[in-house]
Amino acid sequence: MTKEEIRSKVVDIAKEKLGVEESRITDEAQYVKDLGADSLALVDITMALEDAFGTSIPDEDIEKIASVGQTVDYVMSHIA
Amino acid sequence: MAMTLEGKTALVTGGSRGIGRGIALELAMQGANIVIDFHQNRVAAEEVVTAITAMGRVCEAVQADVGDVAQADDLVARSIMLTGSLDILVSNAGITRDALLVRMTDEKWNDVLRTNLTGTFNVTRAAARHMMRQKSGRIVLISSVVGLGGNAGQANYAASKAGVIALAKTAAKELGSRGVTVNVVAPGFVETDMTSSLDNEVVSSYLANIPLRRAGTPSDVAKAVVFLASEDASYITGQVLAIDGGLSL
Repeated sequence: MTKEEIRSKVVDIAKEKLGVEESRITDEAQYVKDLGADSLALVDITMALEDAFGTSIPDEDIEKIASVGQTVDYVMSHIA
Repeated sequence: MAMTLEGKTALVTGGSRGIGRGIALELAMQGANIVIDFHQNRVAAEEVVTAITAMGRVCEAVQADVGDVAQADDLVARSIMLTGSLDILVSNAGITRDALLVRMTDEKWNDVLRTNLTGTFNVTRAAARHMMRQKSGRIVLISSVVGLGGNAGQANYAASKAGVIALAKTAAKELGSRGVTVNVVAPGFVETDMTSSLDNEVVSSYLANIPLRRAGTPSDVAKAVVFLASEDASYITGQVLAIDGGLSL
């Protein structure tokens, strides 16, 4: 999977789970600070990422994926 | 009267006998499609499926030990597959292994906690994952008045049922923002297989302490569950409703 393909999936997940417009979902956008996620939404996104990429994301890694860009990098380095 | 649960799907654990059977039948009466699980008694479970199917609902019985994570997850997954959504979870599966505290074996303690509390946690977690994404759902956990007041000979059962109440209150706080309500029904003395083994003296002493002067029936409990599972109860969450004829007063 290319970085662009991963990014596109991550954006789809953020869009669906947070109900925000795609234009707001930039690499720098943080789920909580910029996109209005609460703790349950973060868990929901994490579970959706796990399903989409067939990987398991431990709880202690959730803080490492605070933004869309961080999420893409995290997925890149964990499914390769 | 209009059916209040038309088109909804409910999972009732321990739905083949006793209170769970009464709840499954009452939910079906109100229009819900039903999945019940059973642990050992397949014949009783199939009898419930036959009765509910005869009402024109979709109904399936699944063998599962809710204390086992994989089986509980699978049970909830199959419930979702039945019609594509799971709207109502009633966690009712429970066992008793009575003994006075000083004589209670580790095995009796662990067995009861595993089925009643861990089992409830297992199915609640699995259902909550689905309901939070669905942004709606009704979870009703069956506790007991002994979970409120304790009961001699039931340290394990009472502790498990008190644990269920705290689990429900926590889940209510976590899931409220997703339109999922979580409430508890705490039956008192109800005539079922579970209580039929009690000797007459114990039964008489219970009855003497019930202001309404009779034992409860599975239907008494089921009607409260139907209400909490309905749209009418949409602003009620984290509550414990004792269905006990006043026993716990």
